[in-house]
Amino acid sequence: MQMRSIEIIVGAFMLAGIISLAVLAIRVSGFNVGAETNTYSLYARFDNIGGLVRRSKVSIGGVVIGRVAEIRLDQDTYTALVRMEIDRDVQTISTDSTATILTDGLLGGKYIGISIGAEEAFLVNGDEITDTQSAIVLEELIGRFLLKKF
Amino acid sequence: MGRAGHIWWQAIWRKPKLANAHLVIRQIYQLGVLSVVITVMSGFAIGAVLALQGYNQLVKYGSESSLGLGVALVLVMEIGPVVSALLFAGRAGSSLTAEIGLMKATEQLSSMEMIGVDPLQRIVAPRLWAGFISMPILGLMFSVVGIWGASLVGVDWLGVHEGAFWSIMQEGVDFKNHVLKGIVKTIAFGLVITWIAVFQGYDAMPTSEGISSATTKTVVYSSVSVLILDFFLTLVMFNF
Repeated sequence: MQMRSIEIIVGAFMLAGIISLAVLAIRVSGFNVGAETNTYSLYARFDNIGGLVRRSKVSIGGVVIGRVAEIRLDQDTYTALVRMEIDRDVQTISTDSTATILTDGLLGGKYIGISIGAEEAFLVNGDEITDTQSAIVLEELIGRFLLKKF
Repeated sequence: MGRAGHIWWQAIWRKPKLANAHLVIRQIYQLGVLSVVITVMSGFAIGAVLALQGYNQLVKYGSESSLGLGVALVLVMEIGPVVSALLFAGRAGSSLTAEIGLMKATEQLSSMEMIGVDPLQRIVAPRLWAGFISMPILGLMFSVVGIWGASLVGVDWLGVHEGAFWSIMQEGVDFKNHVLKGIVKTIAFGLVITWIAVFQGYDAMPTSEGISSATTKTVVYSSVSVLILDFFLTLVMFNF
């Protein structure tokens, strides 16, 4: 075969490889370059985060509005400090909102559900949601039930 | 082993010569482009089978919308690199060994040395580089076509919700942690396969039996070493 046509075919082959990589990056792994700038951070403290992990969902009424970006232990109060990245589109989270750790279905992962309060003032970047409810740990629940301490 | 290492080392370092680029391109055509059809067909079939089997298991727990995630993770991390490497060993590795073995048997290699052309540079190095370049591309194609096959079976035929199929996949698959590590695997496999194939051809007995046994050895050795190497790469890269 002519060297020229081989070169063209090999070029197409390489291009197909690059396109495959792009498909895997964008379509399959949801790789988004500009994602960082389209969010703002909110903080919340929980006594117990259960099985919450980085990249867990943050939702209002079941609609995903952000992700858990960072979880660390506050060494002064021994509570878990969770940083959430919320989409810029969602600006109207009132200051007395409640953050609760919920479970997605019976076997699903943990996520944070935010219930909106009645206050007129809204949370901005860096604010903390003070009203929180920790994850329900099944063992504790059973233990309390057995001791009839409801 | 020592001799194989020596050949590899010599061949790799003799590449930096732009005049030989056309030889590499010709070999990418031989090894890579001609393996596309078999890779794409197998990828599609495996993706479709994974979707069928996965659906049957997941539907019992009502979590069939995670089908895309499961198939994508399995394909990108394990099956894509490994199966495309096995196909590559069978399709390209064997032909490499036979070609170089026959060159040796017909004394083309020694005549090259005689007229002052270094066969390592002229014959071996382009093939090593071509394998090294082609293998990741084939592995990527395999994964993409496999996921496409899975979506065809899962979404269009079995009726998994399309949005859930893709969004759960995008949520669970991480580019750095899963896709890139899969690519590292394919690069390692490409190196190992072409190395074994070239060495077996170079080291073959210059007879018909010698070439046939060298070809067999190439496929057997490279398949086994891909599988063993895959275990260790997984062990190291995915932090067990």
